[in-house]
Amino acid sequence: MTTLDVNGQQYTVDAPADMPLLWALRDLAGLTGTKFGCGIAQCGACTVHLDGVAVRSCVLPVAAVGARKITTIEGVGATPAGKKVQEAWRAIDVVQCGYCQSGQVMSAAALLASNPAPTDADIDAAMAGNICRCGTYNRIRAAVKQAAKGA
Amino acid sequence: MTMPRGMLDTHHDMRDGAALSRRNFLKIAATVGAAASGGLLFAFSMPARSQGEARKSVIGGDGVEAPQDGVFAPNAFIQIDRSGKVTLIIPKVEMGQGVYTSIPMLLAEELEVPLDSVTLDHAPPNEKLFLDPLLGGQLTGGSTSIRYAWEPMRKAGASTRMLLVEAAAQRWQVDPASCTAQAGQVLHAATNRSFGYGELVDDAAKLPPPQDVKLKDPKDFKLIGKPIKRLDSPEKVDGVAVFGLDVRLPDMVYAAIASCPVFGGKLASVDDTHAKKIPGVQQVVKFDNGVAVIGAHTWAAKRGLQALQIQWNEGAGAQVSMDTLIDDLANASRRDGAVARKDGDVGQAFSGAKTRIDAIYQQPFLAHATMEPVNCTLHVRPDGCDVWIGSQVPTRVVDAAAKVTGLPPEKIVVHNHLLGGGFGRRLEIDMVTQAAKVARQLSVPVKVVWTREEDIQQDMYRPYYYDRISAGLDANNKPVAWQHRIVGSSILSRFAPPAVKNGVDPDAVEVAADLPYDLPNQLIDYVRQEPRDVPTAFWRGVGPTRAAFVVESFVDELAAQAKVDPVKYRQDLLGKSPRALNVLNLAAQQAKWTPGAQQPGNGKGRGVSVLNAFGSYFAMVVDVTVTNGEVRVDHVTCAVDCGVAVNPDTIEAQIQGGAIFGITAALYGQITIRNGRVEQSNFTDYRILRINETPAIDVHIVQSSEAPGGIGEPGTSALQPALANAIFAATGKRLRSLPVGDQLKSA
Repeated sequence: MTTLDVNGQQYTVDAPADMPLLWALRDLAGLTGTKFGCGIAQCGACTVHLDGVAVRSCVLPVAAVGARKITTIEGVGATPAGKKVQEAWRAIDVVQCGYCQSGQVMSAAALLASNPAPTDADIDAAMAGNICRCGTYNRIRAAVKQAAKGA
Repeated sequence: MTMPRGMLDTHHDMRDGAALSRRNFLKIAATVGAAASGGLLFAFSMPARSQGEARKSVIGGDGVEAPQDGVFAPNAFIQIDRSGKVTLIIPKVEMGQGVYTSIPMLLAEELEVPLDSVTLDHAPPNEKLFLDPLLGGQLTGGSTSIRYAWEPMRKAGASTRMLLVEAAAQRWQVDPASCTAQAGQVLHAATNRSFGYGELVDDAAKLPPPQDVKLKDPKDFKLIGKPIKRLDSPEKVDGVAVFGLDVRLPDMVYAAIASCPVFGGKLASVDDTHAKKIPGVQQVVKFDNGVAVIGAHTWAAKRGLQALQIQWNEGAGAQVSMDTLIDDLANASRRDGAVARKDGDVGQAFSGAKTRIDAIYQQPFLAHATMEPVNCTLHVRPDGCDVWIGSQVPTRVVDAAAKVTGLPPEKIVVHNHLLGGGFGRRLEIDMVTQAAKVARQLSVPVKVVWTREEDIQQDMYRPYYYDRISAGLDANNKPVAWQHRIVGSSILSRFAPPAVKNGVDPDAVEVAADLPYDLPNQLIDYVRQEPRDVPTAFWRGVGPTRAAFVVESFVDELAAQAKVDPVKYRQDLLGKSPRALNVLNLAAQQAKWTPGAQQPGNGKGRGVSVLNAFGSYFAMVVDVTVTNGEVRVDHVTCAVDCGVAVNPDTIEAQIQGGAIFGITAALYGQITIRNGRVEQSNFTDYRILRINETPAIDVHIVQSSEAPGGIGEPGTSALQPALANAIFAATGKRLRSLPVGDQLKSA
């Protein structure tokens, strides 16, 4: 049994040590907001925060999480940066199909938490790991900037 | 892509009024699902939104349940209960294109209810109720959703409003004309009385439907034409949105799949000794062309799959590579095709022409690569079957499940979901067939999720096409002769065979056989050539994406041959198509296009394209910089005339997204086959454009009162030729095949 601290709640799950955090969240903890996209940390759909830092949960074994605090899309709205990002995402109407947006929001929230006034280059660097097949990138950029303004 | 009415089987009308209590089942599933997976000791709750937002999702259900007593259901689309709650049974699926906002807008406009008071249910499979005449079935695709919904949805809203007004007027014993409807209420201003819609539903339900339904004058629109925020936006920002892949059910198990990597091959044998030792692996299930490992969770299933020793019967497909397939196409292109259009006398026109230009254009196989990988959850029982999926074709899902399980169609219940991208992939039901082959060997629900590798390598692909195109120019450089032969797979011959008449596949020749240009002598024909065992399917922009690249690149070739500015050259050919000319002029103006300003060879260039497809008119100007053979798209300017712009905010988003989809394909997109196998496997070698590579994209919408046109696909179609033309302007190199790839790099 492994105990995970997710969004401030303790989840004790029967996860093999090598199970990526993604599947522990989705299949065992029932938190399906975090998405599976590629399985090899290429698309960012599975992005969560470990102690506030964006990580790709599809390649992070549960055993490597330890006591660090996990934040997922279901809980990121409780953080100041996450709240601003979600508000900006709604105001700009970023989403299309929406499948990648959990990961986009998590990457953006981690960016703003560490860098409240990102430049275009900062946004590129922080968000280039998140693929959006619908092509919402123009609005993602606008929403990150709007969220930063509200900081 | 449009197909005439009645093209598809229409036997899916068995559920009129049938009371199937599946929605409650889902609700229960959501609360007990976690415990059933075996791993969780802490009960989970549905994620909460920020305070003050009572409703988690705009989607109330999947419409498989019949209306309860006391619910007013005047037509297939609308239900109003005694509390005044309005539910729209939405006949199209939401895959990003915004129809879960724009279709409710059409309804709310005429029903006179606040848009955010409308709850949506995914429509159940029912061809009779939800048939789209443009597509000949209950399909979402071909950029038809708003074109289809424009009249019926407003009429449904208006006729329902009239019944509610009539019911109120009868109660007050006043003339209905003295009453008004507003924000979910009927008002009688003269006496300052009002009824909420909910108070009127019992009376309204007893009234005959109105005969003469009058729609609003466009000048009175409150919603249509305004940039309205998406109804599905909040739940897609906080993780609440439920896609097919997110389904959780009591006792559900997880399957990882390996299908034969060679198209047309079969499973020979499996050694599962090692797989069965992996904790969490429950069972190994074989089917004709693949094998599934069933696990308590996805990770066990995936690890189990990796531990299998699988032998395949690869079959003749293993001999097939790109050379074979391209040879097939080249050979076929020397045959005369089925004539799609013949104007004037092309042979004579060529004889009289001053200059002749001939070209061969080629476009690759493409995968869809939706962000939500292909998945399907199925529960087969002796007495019925439930399917949980996000599908563009719910009635075909029924057919597929019925065929494999042997159950009658009325015993198949489809729970449709939000789609994590469609682009044509979810017009197919191969994942349902496969999941049913697995699920019928189990007694519990099974969620089949493809890995990204499986998703790329077992896709049904945008077919490789091979086009021969020729023009003859007169002394004034006008194309007096025009001949275009299109060679490739006929998707409609599989998807909707009656649509193919006299050998002409209307999708294959769409746009190519109906150009906005003045071409007095033209001959367009089509030769069907299938890529052996490689499965083919529709892909964003369908025929027009393929045709636009060829035609708009070739028109650019003619302009270059004539030494005429490419915008000017097109303007001179668009005299008979004022809407096309108008968008071209608008795009050129907004992009500050200056004739003669291009200096080929300095690495910077701009290209243009014009497109009339899906009922809309597009013109695009693309600016690029080419450095050491690498292309960067700097700017895209798009002018669009899509008739009435129902939700301009969505239109901008769809064009931006469509253009990005087109850039991805034009620069990087190709699936190649070697020894019967797809060579690409994931986003590492099937590259998708990223934010740091994305240009600014300006969208300029023409004010129009014409009926709405499609918007989801033409952005992709218009982008690729404008990009290739920009590369020509920048480098002097004409790209007659896609993707750009390494073509600009010095050998």
